[in-house]
Amino acid sequence: MSSVDFPVEKFRFGMLLSDTRYRSTSLQVITFIFFVAGVFWLVDNTVKNLALLDKDVSFSFLWMRAGYDINQRLIPYTNDSTHATAALVGILNTLLVAFVGCILATIIGVFVGILRLSKNWIIAKLMSVYIEGFRNVPLLLWIVMVFALLTEFTPQPRAFKGENPDASMIIFESIAVTNRGTYLPNPQWGAGSIWLILVFLVSLLGIIIFRRYAKNIQKNTGRNLPVLWVSLGIFFVPTILFYFILGSPVTLEYPYLKGFNFKDGVHIRNSFIALTLALAFYTSAFIGEIVRSGIMAISKGQTEAAAALGMRPNKIMSLIILPQALRVIVPPMISQYLNLTKNSSLAIAVGYMDVRGTLGGITLNQTGREMESMVLLMGFYLTVSLLISSIINYFNRSFQLVGK
Amino acid sequence: MKKSILFGITAALGLSAGAVFADGHGSTLDVVKERGNLLCGVSTGSPGFSGVDDSGMNVGFDVDYCRALAAAIFNDPMAVSFVPLSSAVRFTALASGEVDILARNTTWTYSRDTDLKQTFLGVTYYDGQGFMVKKDLGVNSTLELDGATVCIQVGTTTELNLADYFKANNMSYEPVPTTDNAESKQQYLAGACDTYTTDASALHGTRINLENPDDHMVLPEIISKEPLGPLVRHGDDNWADIGRWVLNALVIAEEKGITSANIDSFADTADAEIHRLLGTGDDDILAMMNMPKDAMYNAIKATGNYGEIFERNLGASSGINIVRGVNNSWTNGGILYSPPFR
Repeated sequence: MSSVDFPVEKFRFGMLLSDTRYRSTSLQVITFIFFVAGVFWLVDNTVKNLALLDKDVSFSFLWMRAGYDINQRLIPYTNDSTHATAALVGILNTLLVAFVGCILATIIGVFVGILRLSKNWIIAKLMSVYIEGFRNVPLLLWIVMVFALLTEFTPQPRAFKGENPDASMIIFESIAVTNRGTYLPNPQWGAGSIWLILVFLVSLLGIIIFRRYAKNIQKNTGRNLPVLWVSLGIFFVPTILFYFILGSPVTLEYPYLKGFNFKDGVHIRNSFIALTLALAFYTSAFIGEIVRSGIMAISKGQTEAAAALGMRPNKIMSLIILPQALRVIVPPMISQYLNLTKNSSLAIAVGYMDVRGTLGGITLNQTGREMESMVLLMGFYLTVSLLISSIINYFNRSFQLVGK
Repeated sequence: MKKSILFGITAALGLSAGAVFADGHGSTLDVVKERGNLLCGVSTGSPGFSGVDDSGMNVGFDVDYCRALAAAIFNDPMAVSFVPLSSAVRFTALASGEVDILARNTTWTYSRDTDLKQTFLGVTYYDGQGFMVKKDLGVNSTLELDGATVCIQVGTTTELNLADYFKANNMSYEPVPTTDNAESKQQYLAGACDTYTTDASALHGTRINLENPDDHMVLPEIISKEPLGPLVRHGDDNWADIGRWVLNALVIAEEKGITSANIDSFADTADAEIHRLLGTGDDDILAMMNMPKDAMYNAIKATGNYGEIFERNLGASSGINIVRGVNNSWTNGGILYSPPFR
């Protein structure tokens, strides 16, 4: 028996590309080298050019005194605080606008999307006009316009002055709408209010337990309990009852005019209102279209089958169509939330002090650290975007079809 | 073998990466001459300092300084491209070479000079921060502004002065940040802020352009020193010298009584400094900074001396009507004082 000797090929340099065993690896290695070299070149070029300008890269400015004031701050901040604190104030302002904006945009968007499919011709057309109007005009213009409306057509605080004022506070003299913002009553948490909060939390727990119970009953017997009314009752009755039993521990501090402006109360600035509303309206137009596409993706047979079982249109929508549509709706919603968050950096147009306005605006300007501020800003937006994506992706998994 | 080749490629790439980097900073004067015009960074609109007239011409105090500089270099005051810059981007634009010189009512401060790596060329205008209010507000002093809402342009020294001043006087305020003079004005007029603060000269210029200037007043207090002047980036001392001495020449010209109209009558003067300045003598001292002998002659001829520029843009004939005050030659009781042209 003779063995066949396959010639053992000696490794040649050319085989790195010609031999399929090596080719993909060597191509990847080459790409990686080019990538690293590119990054190295960019960094090196930047450092050398900065050196030519007699500048270095340093983040020590973050620990220096900021020296400027910020009107809206969610954490304690004065002009003696550091630039880092100023950046943090800006970050919180960005997150606030993004959070409120996303919630508003979702609520409006879902309504608009559903109503655009309405059989009522006028409502459907109105919603079309809303969607086309908002998504086809640049967001910046909407922000500036909402802000201009708020400043030009609301009264100045001075108009509330005097015997016969030109303007007066609304809803039992509790809310002042001015061209500098809206002043709301500020709740004061007196002694005993901790108990009130506890009662409220317990009743929330009660609602959850009752809903589970009602679901079980329905599963086992098919009987429907009046979930909504009972929930509302649990929500309001114990808290209100205890409010009086504890002797009204929570009082409202009403805003009042003193000097140039309203004092006390919660001041919601027009820049915040304008930015949030414009962002919410603009994004809700896109969300509306996503919702509509999600609903239309569910075959008509589902609606007809549900109707055949005797379900009412409201129930069909909330129990049959929407839960299935969510699977189509949620993934593209992520990019809308990301867009809204990133678009909030247009805040400077109305003087809202978000992170672009503090770190990327005033701090950058006063310290001249363009490079460092921009790197930090990009890092921040990147982190927030990735966080939002991962959170929604987590929820998305729970909406997907699960085999039982 | 594979390893050594990879190593070789990496090393080669690394070396070439190290070698390639942009060096765009030769002599600024050569760059400007080659381009054929001067890139001058000005404000986006500050009455009296920088603006556009009815025929579309750039006019203003800062604009005229750049025209004088262009006239010195090219003998053509029109060889300037004006780049409007907001207060927030001006230093970046200068540092990156987008403009050759910044004449944008910029305050000379320590940290801008050192940390921002700029070279200030001198002071064109001694300003201070003031406040404008509506007369019917009933306020007559900045010390009555406790609790007021204040419109302020972001990224300016005024923002820091404001914080310091209110703190020093134990008063509170609410800042309304805006991006430029136009936006501040609009917010102020709409009543979104009680007072608008910026350099007093800009307030006077803004007030005069309001619909009813008499309904508004600039409060008497000046809360800061704001020496405004042109600046260039670090790294080209000769370019800084040119800018500085064109400014000085304008000041000396006023001191010596040289105007754009009578400049030719000094050919036979006995004053040696005038001969050195105008290049009418035998010595060519302007060659020391690579400039033509008649550079300053051309500059003064084109725009007039400091006093003429002031009068045309900020004085009575402009309607803004700012008094010279400290911005007068030292010979007239002001503090404008140029080192000798020698």
